[in-house]
Amino acid sequence: MAEQLTEARTVAPELVPGLDGLRRLAIVPAYNEEESVAGVVEQVHAVDPGMDVVVVDDGSVDRTAEQAEAAGARVLRLPFNLGIGGAMQTGFRYAYEHGYDLAVQVDGDGQHDPRELPKILAPVVAGEADLVVGSRFGGDGATAFRSTAPRRVGIRVFAWTVSRIIHQRVTDTTSGFRAVGRDGIRLFAADYPHDYPEVEATVMVAKAKLRLREVPVAMRERAGGRSSITALRSVYYMAKVLLALFVGLFRRAATPLEDR
Amino acid sequence: MTPLAVSILGALASFALLLVVLELIRTRRLRERYALLWLATGVVLTALAAWRSGLNTIAGWLGVRSYPPAVLFAVGILFILAVLLHYSTVISRLSDQNTVLAQRLALLEHELKEQERRSAAA
Repeated sequence: MAEQLTEARTVAPELVPGLDGLRRLAIVPAYNEEESVAGVVEQVHAVDPGMDVVVVDDGSVDRTAEQAEAAGARVLRLPFNLGIGGAMQTGFRYAYEHGYDLAVQVDGDGQHDPRELPKILAPVVAGEADLVVGSRFGGDGATAFRSTAPRRVGIRVFAWTVSRIIHQRVTDTTSGFRAVGRDGIRLFAADYPHDYPEVEATVMVAKAKLRLREVPVAMRERAGGRSSITALRSVYYMAKVLLALFVGLFRRAATPLEDR
Repeated sequence: MTPLAVSILGALASFALLLVVLELIRTRRLRERYALLWLATGVVLTALAAWRSGLNTIAGWLGVRSYPPAVLFAVGILFILAVLLHYSTVISRLSDQNTVLAQRLALLEHELKEQERRSAAA
C-alpha cells in the first residue's frame, strides 16, 4: 500500500513543472492532534496525490496515530514527546534514508494550508532555492494572518536579528511551513535544533551555504487542539532562541550522518 | 587561627566523603569516570581541613585574616560547582543520545511494520 503511493501516481493537473519526476514527502509533526491530523493528510493528498505523507506522532496520548494511519499516512511513533524539533528531525531522517528529493513540513494542527504547497515547492523544484519558507507577511498572506501583539513583536525581533546574521532580508523566521531539497534534507537529518527550531534552522541553512527563499503564503487558524506556546513559554522561547542564535555564530558544526 | 573543632570536624567529614565515594565505586554504583571529580573534592578538602598551618597560610595569601575556614568553604563550593557543571554536560549528552534512540526506534518500528505488511501480502 505504502509502496504504491510512492510510485507512478500522476498529478492530475501538473502543479509545478518538473514536480512529477521527484520523490516528495510531506512531514507532518503532530502532538495530540486527533481532531485535525486526518484532514491535513487528506488535503495534502488532494493537492498532490503523488506526495507521500509521513506523520510523526510525537508521543501523543490521544488517537493521533490511528487517525493519521486511517487517512492514508505513514506514521512514525515516537515513544515519548521530543518536541517539534526532535519530531521534525525524525521526519528528515526518514526522508534522507528513503532517498526523497523534496520534503515539506505541514503542521498537524491544520494551520498550514496544503493548497499553498505549490508556492513553496516551486523554487525548490526549479533548483532556485534549497529551503523555501512560507511567510505570513507580504503578499496576500499579510491580511490573513492574525496574532497577538507580543507574538508579532517576537516574530519581528527574530526576523530583524536573523536578517542581520545571514545578510538576507527575511520576514517570518518562525514559520514552520517550509520545503527543502536534497541538500536541506541531508543537513537537517544530521542536525536539527531542539525546541522552537525554525529560527535556528533558518540560520543553519545560511551557514551551510544553502540558498534560502521566502514566499508569501496564506495561513489558517488552527483546526483543532491548542497551541503549545503559552505566555511563560514564549519568554523561554525568546531567550532560548536568542541564546541559540548568538552561540550558533561560534558553534562547531555537527558531523554529517555519513561520517559517523 | 582555625578553631581545632572545625579542623577535626572538617577533616572527618571530608574523609567520610572520600570513603563513601570509594565504596560507591567498589560496589559499581558509581563509574570511575564520574567519581574522579568527587575523589578530587574529597582529597583536597581532607588535606585543607587537616593541615591547619597550611590552611592558615593559604588564607593569609588570600587576605582572609578573620576566619581561615572560610577558605575551606570557598574551595568546597568551587568543587561543587565544577561537579554540577560537569553533570550538566553529562545530562545534555544523555538527552541528545536519548533523542537519537527515540528517533531510531520510531523509524525501525515503522520499518518492521512495513516488512510485516509486505510479507503478509506476499
